[in-house]
Amino acid sequence: MNKKVVYSINIFLFLLPALILFVGVLIAPIAMSGYYSFFDWNGFGEKTFIGFENYKELFSSNAIGFTKALGNSLLLAALSVFIQLPLSLGLALLLGRGIKGERAFLAIFFMPVLISTVVIGQLWLKIYNPSYGILNVFLTKIGLESLTRIWLGLPETALGACFVPILWQYVGYHMLLMYAGVKGVSPELREAAKIDGATNWQVSRYIVIPSIKPIVKVSVIFAITGSLKSFDLIYVLTNGGPLHATEVPSTLMINMLFLRNRYGMGSTIAVMLIILCFAFALLINRLFKEDR
Amino acid sequence: MDAKVNVTVDLSSPKYQVKQESKVVKVLIYIFLALWTFVNLFPIYWMFTFSLKDNKEIFGENVAGLPHNWLWSNYTDAMNTGHMNVYFVNSIIVAVMTILITLIAALMATYAITRMTWKFSKQMNAFFMMGLTIPIHASIVPIYVTLSNIHMLNTYWALIIPYAAFALAMAILICSGFMGDIPRDLDEAARIDGCGIWGIFFRIIVPLMRPALATIGIYTFLQCWNELMFANIFNSKDALKTLPVGIQALSGQYTTNWGPIGAALVIATFPTLLVYIFLSKKIQESFIAGAIKG
Repeated sequence: MNKKVVYSINIFLFLLPALILFVGVLIAPIAMSGYYSFFDWNGFGEKTFIGFENYKELFSSNAIGFTKALGNSLLLAALSVFIQLPLSLGLALLLGRGIKGERAFLAIFFMPVLISTVVIGQLWLKIYNPSYGILNVFLTKIGLESLTRIWLGLPETALGACFVPILWQYVGYHMLLMYAGVKGVSPELREAAKIDGATNWQVSRYIVIPSIKPIVKVSVIFAITGSLKSFDLIYVLTNGGPLHATEVPSTLMINMLFLRNRYGMGSTIAVMLIILCFAFALLINRLFKEDR
Repeated sequence: MDAKVNVTVDLSSPKYQVKQESKVVKVLIYIFLALWTFVNLFPIYWMFTFSLKDNKEIFGENVAGLPHNWLWSNYTDAMNTGHMNVYFVNSIIVAVMTILITLIAALMATYAITRMTWKFSKQMNAFFMMGLTIPIHASIVPIYVTLSNIHMLNTYWALIIPYAAFALAMAILICSGFMGDIPRDLDEAARIDGCGIWGIFFRIIVPLMRPALATIGIYTFLQCWNELMFANIFNSKDALKTLPVGIQALSGQYTTNWGPIGAALVIATFPTLLVYIFLSKKIQESFIAGAIKG
């Protein structure tokens, strides 16, 4: 056999395991999800082709409440970008400039990232427990009994109460990424600015932050797409309740699939999620480019 | 940004005064960091302590302190009636198999992409990198339907294969970084000595990739150890549940008895925290490696 052919066969063989996994589990299913989204289908019986009806129903039907779920996840995204990320950035800047105990603080602040979301959810369920949870017990002890409430049970407080554990879990992650960026800024540059009379704050504002912009961009994309996809914590804490106050697209999708057997509609929600994630990623990329 | 600035100034010269923060600001910074440390550690501390208490202590007598009676029976309850030991073993099996498959597939694909010369290697890399942005939701319905058609729901493979596929993009990304650092002269030398492509791969590249394997292994381990959505849907048999699903089941079972739930949470958490204590730097690196390329 010709040497070139053998070489090509070898290339193919090296790629084969990865290709089978990747195409079989990621690429083909996306195409299938797109295909299912045009059908009315209960998962085992006949599929009926209905064109874009699922999409129309998704955005117009109040019974499904997709727009509300989408709104909730966008609210989570906004909270993440405007509360979580600034906090992460602040911590990264403080630790990155070389403070005493830097490594220890970093290690502690990153710890929640490693804990399973189910564990965190269960833990916060206990913290929020109306009668025995440490939050209400604490509020009562310091005389603020009027502030105690059923945090996860009231439509007004449930989404906020879900956001706190999300914040708690992921601040460390974004902090770590930004910290890596801060550490990448050359020490000479910092030194030079300080000799020119810049304060620590000015060094951060005019030298460090502009040079870690690419990382901030990644963090923003992760925070937004992560909020759109959020599932685990919400599922454990409220499963979308009370009265759909914490419903997000993923919990809705799981409901469609496994409670109502609406596989076509479930697929439609999945397709919308993929489109939204890609659209937001592109949008953020664009925004950061123009800003340069 | 390049560091074009040359620092030629003598720092001790009195002409230039580097502004130092006032004592007050420094103290405030440390107070803030201490507060945040408390916020991070307290829930974890509380979890460890209530896993060793009975309801009487948890619900009033001793909410936040160390347990008066160290109630280890919570742990035996979590294992005997809650089957946490079964779930623990399941999680280990799934994680180890996923890591093995991911590593083999990623090493081979990266070798073909970065060290063999062919026309579309760049495009192939970009194709795999798409996996970084695809959410797992995208494939849940088709995978569920397919698994159910081929009667593979309720098997370990129902989790291992999807987990490996979704870990692949990140693994290839990390692998190409490390493989790019291995000098090409090594391949040349081996080829001259009569080594074939497979020989070079197994005898030269794979042994040199050990640090990458650790990074990928850690990252993949955490992904599958903590995953809930697939695990919840693809495996409904008790004997096959992984820890996250098992904990959910347990908390439904013990709504009023918190101790065993606390014990279950600790059982699911301590392996990761233990590894973290010894490998904190490596673990942090694995997270950075995945995101910075972006």
